[in-house]
Amino acid sequence: MREAIDPWTFVVASYAIGVGATAMMIAWSLLSMKRAEKRRDEARKR
Amino acid sequence: MHGFANPARFLRIARWLMPLCMVTGIAVATGALGWGLFEAPAERLQGETVRIVYLHVPSAWLGMAGWMGIAAASFAELVWRHPLAGIAARACAVPGALFTAVCLMTGSLWGRPAWGTWWVWDGRLTSMLVLLFLYFGWMALSQASEASDVGHNKAPAIFGLVGAVNIPIIHYSVTWWNSLHQPPSITMGNSAMSGDFLVPLLLAMLGFTLIFAGVVLARMRAILADQQAEARLRRKALSEAEF
Repeated sequence: MREAIDPWTFVVASYAIGVGATAMMIAWSLLSMKRAEKRRDEARKR
Repeated sequence: MHGFANPARFLRIARWLMPLCMVTGIAVATGALGWGLFEAPAERLQGETVRIVYLHVPSAWLGMAGWMGIAAASFAELVWRHPLAGIAARACAVPGALFTAVCLMTGSLWGRPAWGTWWVWDGRLTSMLVLLFLYFGWMALSQASEASDVGHNKAPAIFGLVGAVNIPIIHYSVTWWNSLHQPPSITMGNSAMSGDFLVPLLLAMLGFTLIFAGVVLARMRAILADQQAEARLRRKALSEAEF
């Protein structure tokens, strides 16, 4: 007997992982850049 | 390349190039994924699961490209002592590792309906998993050398160059050994894929590559700013200690 597999479950899970991970990486890289540049500007002002 | 050795010049370029790569990359990747998900046809044998290709292949390419970036930067650091090379290598590590992990996870999700198994220990999958462990090792070594006060530490750069041996192994693994994984569908100047699948796939690869470039530039700006703040605070502390 063949196992019934819904292909869309796997497609949606792949897109959720790929898009979610990419979005988190973009947000993390931009936030850490802003934080570091703010810290540098504050160090210059001191 | 030595023109970019000056951090101030690099920052001038990165300030406009980073948002340009990021915005264009997000737009192109979103369009390509939407095309792949809603417009591209299902494949004759694999059915709807073929849509995973629009995420799996770009993430595999960027997982390998990230390490090639580390190797190229390591070479520039060792041979020319390029001041930004070490920073570029560090900036490539996290996005490279992340795309390698996404490639492994989407591959596993594709393997279950296509092959009937989540994982097999064949050449392609194992060498890709080795790449992920190489990234983890490189990041640990880079952090350890950053934390030590030994001065210019060459260990991460040497590791980056030696680890590049794994890239051709990944690429040729499907032709060297028996594998459930299919052989390369896209080679230089040739493609076994129909245009219906190839065009959104190439667009997805372009979009994710631009996002990768944008993230690397943002990481480089962050690492450079951290180093500049650290140097400024250290100089200030030293000058205050003298008086």
